[in-house]
Amino acid sequence: MLRFVGRRALYAIPLLLAIIILMFSMLHMIPGDPVQALVGDYPVPPAYRQVIEEKYRLNDPFLVQVGNYLLNVAQGDFGFSYQNQRGVLDLILERAPRTILLASVSFALAIPLGMAIGIAAGTTRRPGVDKFWTTTALIAYAIPTFWLGQLLVMLFALRLGWFPTQGIGPLISRTHGIAWLFEKLRYLALPVLAFGIHEGMRIARIMRASVIDTLSQGYIITARSKGLSRGQIIRSHVLRNSSLPLVTIAGYAFGSALGGAVLLETVFTWPGLGLLLVDSIRLRDNMTVVGVVIFSAVAVVAMNLIVDLLYAALDPRIRTMR
Amino acid sequence: MSASLLLDVNDLKVHLRLGHKVVKAIDGVDFQVRPGECVGIVGESGSGKSTMARAVTRLMPNVNIEELSGRLAFEGRDILGMADSELRALRRGRGFSMIFQDPLGYLNPTQRIGRQIQEALSRDAGRGSDKARVHTLLDEVGLPDAANLARRYPHELSGGMRQRVMIAIALASDPQLLFADEPTTALDATVQLQVLQTLYRLHKERNMAMAIITHDLGVVAELCDRVYVMRAGKVIESAETVTLFEQPQHDYSRRLIELSTRRLTRELQS
Repeated sequence: MLRFVGRRALYAIPLLLAIIILMFSMLHMIPGDPVQALVGDYPVPPAYRQVIEEKYRLNDPFLVQVGNYLLNVAQGDFGFSYQNQRGVLDLILERAPRTILLASVSFALAIPLGMAIGIAAGTTRRPGVDKFWTTTALIAYAIPTFWLGQLLVMLFALRLGWFPTQGIGPLISRTHGIAWLFEKLRYLALPVLAFGIHEGMRIARIMRASVIDTLSQGYIITARSKGLSRGQIIRSHVLRNSSLPLVTIAGYAFGSALGGAVLLETVFTWPGLGLLLVDSIRLRDNMTVVGVVIFSAVAVVAMNLIVDLLYAALDPRIRTMR
Repeated sequence: MSASLLLDVNDLKVHLRLGHKVVKAIDGVDFQVRPGECVGIVGESGSGKSTMARAVTRLMPNVNIEELSGRLAFEGRDILGMADSELRALRRGRGFSMIFQDPLGYLNPTQRIGRQIQEALSRDAGRGSDKARVHTLLDEVGLPDAANLARRYPHELSGGMRQRVMIAIALASDPQLLFADEPTTALDATVQLQVLQTLYRLHKERNMAMAIITHDLGVVAELCDRVYVMRAGKVIESAETVTLFEQPQHDYSRRLIELSTRRLTRELQS
């Protein structure tokens, strides 16, 4: 098992290298003048331009720039964001916990919600119940998160005034303890609801298909023949077996959510990685863009590894294969 | 209707809807099992023999059933009209069980063997711990080292061992009638014989009635007291095993016997 984990972690290295080089090349190909973007809407005097180009080594050949960057990353230096006047790593470490919080709470809502709907739709004997949940899940999944987010803001924030419209709360809070937690939750509620519903409906659709597949298996006939009740069969034979495909898909989705939910964070002005990425692209803050993308890639790769481990824990057939 | 019948099936009909067509999978079948006897149900694939076993044990898969009718009595009790709870009670103890052709597909891949057997135990008090009873069952079906085996998963076992585990599950509820649906078809020839011998021993030791569904008349000749020959959803002949082999009434039965003797001769020669 340990060897397997080690091997998977080793595979991730060339993958990450490729992603970094690709990102670097793409940013290089985008038209526009990085010096101009840096200075802003003013004419750049040639002497100033020369100083900047030398400082950021913008005139080095492309491969030298990539090579230097890789060497720096290996030493934990992700470059400097001239728009934010801070180190890129510092910036990511500030933003990442907010995105991780948003993603974790959203999935903590989405997974039980999706599983419950999937099981209800997959195990019912009444076609109407299945049709109701299938349609509901399809419609809710088809609504883009940013639009769902805006609808929620209009209803719960603007009309009812229960929740704030955007942001993560005051920088310096006046509250403590329970009240502080409550304040945080009020800001978290709407983005989590939008994200959780969207992901939950995706999970519901997979879970339903998986439950129906499990119910058609021979061991369900065996379970019925043992004289087990419906509830017992669902609990001990359907639940675990039909969760297997879910682990894969929810795991990958969670991995990419850790890289930042760009549209959702934009709608709610949630200052996480997604918003940082959008702002950095707009401002041509290349170092930050590459840094955030590396972080996302690491998150996805790490989650894939965790998914494999979870899968092995749930399915004994996988365990003995290694 | 005789009181000495364990299972009494009269005019069973199972019609299935496939698209716009209605297939008469079982079309008016009579079928009886007396306590402690072994009957064989033979016929080619598609003759309806498995469907009949499924209908009688009320284990029909989720297919579109157009019509399911007939009089099905187990110990005089109506099976078709039975409430779910009563049916479950019958499956839990002293009723009927079933084993299947493909033991791998019919065992849950994510659960240990022991737990899967334990789940099927009849709820009798004063018969020792569940664990001990599971070990006894594993011993009984001829699987050594029960304690270790109970902790294994189905995929870690050989085909023959899996079928023995299935038998242990079926026996856990102390059934009076065991349906065996092609119990050895998926197994190697040598293992087939061992599993059949085990089934026969259990049938005798437990005085448990058996209904063996097979396309292999050799199996019937070895084990069964009586035979039903099925074709296209109907029983075309039923007789004592000896009578069937000596004086088959129907052309189809005669052909089945010829085929199986020919195969047997071929196997003996090779």
